[in-house]
Amino acid sequence: VCMTNCPTLIVMVGLPARGKTYISKKLTRYLNWIGVPTKEFNVGQYRRDLVKKYKSFEFFLPDNEEGLKIRKQCALAALNDVRQYLSEENGHVAVFDATNTTRERRETIYKFGEENGYKTFFVESVCVDPEVIAANIVQVKLGSPDYVDCSNDEATEDFMKRIECYKNSYETLDETLDKDLSYIKIMDVGRSYLVNRVMDHIQSRIVYYLMNIHVTPRSIYLCRHGESELNLKGRIGGDPGLSVRGKEFAKSLAQFINEQNIKDLKVWTSQMKRTIQTAEALGVPYEQWKVLNEIDAGVCEEMTYEEIQENYPLEFALRDQDKYRYRYPKGESYEDLVQRLEPVIMELERQENVLVICHQAVMRCLLAYFLDKPAEQLPYLKCPLHTVLKLTPVAYG
Amino acid sequence: KVDAERKKTFVLKMPMELTQSRIQKIWLPNDNRPALPRRSCGPQLANSPTVIVMVGLPARGKTYISKKLTRYLNWIGVPTKVFNVGEYRREAVKHYSSYDFFRPDNEEAMKVRRQCAMAALRDVKLYLTEEAGQIAVFDATNTTRERRGMILNFAKENGFKVFFIESVCNDPTVVATNVMEVKLSSPDYRDCNSTDAMEDFMKRINCYQASYQPLDPDDYDRELSLIKVIDVGRRFLVNRVQDHIQSRIVYYLMNIHVQPRTIYLCRHGESEFNLKGKIGGDSGLSNRGKKFALALNKFVEEQNLKDLKVWTSQLKRTIQTAEALQLPYEQWKALNEIDAGVCEEMTYEEIREQHPEEFALRDQDKYYYRYPSGESYQDLVQRLEPVIMELERQENVLVICHQAVMRCLLAYFLDKSADEMPYLKCPLHTVLKLTPVAYGCRVESISLNIEAVNTHRERPEEAKKGPNPLMRRNSVTPLASPEPTKKPRINSFEEHVAVSSALPGCVPQEVPTQMPGQ
Repeated sequence: VCMTNCPTLIVMVGLPARGKTYISKKLTRYLNWIGVPTKEFNVGQYRRDLVKKYKSFEFFLPDNEEGLKIRKQCALAALNDVRQYLSEENGHVAVFDATNTTRERRETIYKFGEENGYKTFFVESVCVDPEVIAANIVQVKLGSPDYVDCSNDEATEDFMKRIECYKNSYETLDETLDKDLSYIKIMDVGRSYLVNRVMDHIQSRIVYYLMNIHVTPRSIYLCRHGESELNLKGRIGGDPGLSVRGKEFAKSLAQFINEQNIKDLKVWTSQMKRTIQTAEALGVPYEQWKVLNEIDAGVCEEMTYEEIQENYPLEFALRDQDKYRYRYPKGESYEDLVQRLEPVIMELERQENVLVICHQAVMRCLLAYFLDKPAEQLPYLKCPLHTVLKLTPVAYG
Repeated sequence: KVDAERKKTFVLKMPMELTQSRIQKIWLPNDNRPALPRRSCGPQLANSPTVIVMVGLPARGKTYISKKLTRYLNWIGVPTKVFNVGEYRREAVKHYSSYDFFRPDNEEAMKVRRQCAMAALRDVKLYLTEEAGQIAVFDATNTTRERRGMILNFAKENGFKVFFIESVCNDPTVVATNVMEVKLSSPDYRDCNSTDAMEDFMKRINCYQASYQPLDPDDYDRELSLIKVIDVGRRFLVNRVQDHIQSRIVYYLMNIHVQPRTIYLCRHGESEFNLKGKIGGDSGLSNRGKKFALALNKFVEEQNLKDLKVWTSQLKRTIQTAEALQLPYEQWKALNEIDAGVCEEMTYEEIREQHPEEFALRDQDKYYYRYPSGESYQDLVQRLEPVIMELERQENVLVICHQAVMRCLLAYFLDKSADEMPYLKCPLHTVLKLTPVAYGCRVESISLNIEAVNTHRERPEEAKKGPNPLMRRNSVTPLASPEPTKKPRINSFEEHVAVSSALPGCVPQEVPTQMPGQ
């Protein structure tokens, strides 16, 4: 039995339209952002690749032998790719996204995990609220490739029948029968949770994350402080105040926020003067977070890039080689930033409408989380001054 | 129409001029206006105090959880206190005779017990409304719906949030172990032998069983916020987490365990900078420091531990120390020494010369004091929280770190206040061995007998404000006995700008700290 640093196989469980893919994608995005190589494997996608054209719910009837054969084939193909990812491609976590509603199917997967030295963790989503299910169908099913030639009504009707196909054979994770498995059961979109036998650090982090996310519509606004005195001089870091134009921006930001007419907007800043001055113009309460402070440039603080190139030519070159991992002497790297920003992301997930007034490197890290940008691209994301990015969750992104 | 109204009344202000507070280095608006208004979300919900209500039969770990959770919350900066109804009962009924007291048909006793619960709730109210408490842990069995209903009403009347923590365990081995660990030595049984005490306690548990109504999140209790801890953390049921702090509490409860284990804390071996009296920096070990590393290796071998994890910071001196152990080790940037900002690599004399005001400020309030462009102990606590969380998950661990870092970690394990933390003694070349026992932590100090400089600075005489040794920090003394001086907690919001942890909260205006004698 593998105890240390085994790869983890996350197995989604639940009827269609219960948010499995939503959770899979979101969780994958989060784990990758914190530095845990993760990939999702959606069996439905394998099915679409194999069966070029979806006809109707009848494919999913429990007595459709042909259908069952194909679906099992797809599951095995996906598991094969899981094995390749975790055992040969340095993946740490694989998310196996399928209904997995029978105990028999789950046992097959669990055995597969054991044979390969993976720890298995089940994530089940249970929901009986018809409104939630209907909303899910509208959000993500109607636009599925399966229903590209159907009207919305036809698609909804067919999908409801598809769900019915699974109901009879659905065996939910059971307190007694499944007592030795590691799992979390999410009920009613996060109203309550049942957590069983969390085995290690990563499972504990996954549980914490899943318990903090929600699906209430909201918007997140990201922007930098107004232009600062050091910006004007081309110097990095430091703790300068706003320039004249920076103050103008702060006023415009106030006007913009006012016009957005946002309900219960929370405003967060760093503990650096320039973000706080910007927030002050808004005339609303704001919260200062030290962890939102700009990346610490260590010995290069308050220098211009020319000065850095002159005084630290080697460092200057190294930074361009691997901007994500490069740490300023006595300073930080983007990689360090991600670690320090993780509690901000967690709290952003808990909150609803939030405006984060921060800094260039910090904003790039936060943006990379929301837009699922990999480490290589993160330090080059465009976050210009005096520009607000408005993020609204939609479908799977 | 609403938009037009909003535009009319909205005033476009010039961004305020800011001043940086002298101790914490927090930027605040100049105009000394009163604390920023609370957010406009419902008045009941914004930063309401919370009552945590423990639920469960005797010997299920309620007091263990209460004390541990309280210690954690206080450490991360959330003023929390335990109110143990059993203690109130011991005050009211001077001598415990037998389990008969707890029989459900003992009317006299039922009256007394109810009175004790009410007295405790009165103190809860006092703590949360007048003593700047944020969280009160109400530690009692609370096994009936009737009792819980009473508490819910109390909370509603006072605008407190309620969060239930139920501990359910039917494993007789666990229950017996608990009874042996913490009940046999209870004041209730001071005149009994172990066998008699055990027998009486089991009968006591029995008295509660018939009327025990566990929390029922599927039906009767579906609107309540609660966590059910089953079989010492094998399973959890969580319902309706309302806010950030409840989410953190759930996460904490899901990470703690009761497996016996040992945590070793020590600093790196003496460094070159230590020899020169310089603070911070990233210097290597001195010769004596290297000797210490070898001695540490020998010490660890002698401890004969199964599966020791070794953690270091990312500074050279801790890593060099770990290298001598010939064990795998993990480097944590979060374990790096406190950043002394502009004072890095200076001696205290140089700091006193070049930054005399900063030098004085630090002695005034060492916990909250942030070096210019550096960190404070308060910042350190925030950065070390993930380390504490992972330490809770782990078993045997050796943490090789630094003076200020070690003080923060030690303060967590030994439940030391923010005021005491920066003055805890963590000398070089000494290992602190921490073992969980009963409700707390046993600490053994082991010097490895290698000479080193002393880097400890005592609290200066003028600033000495020792905590009243009679004052229990986190459990309340029932008002029946004389209440020791009610000192406001060091991290109460009136005294300092509340920006420590990642908790939602406005930034109130900084109030200058009161110096004794001024």
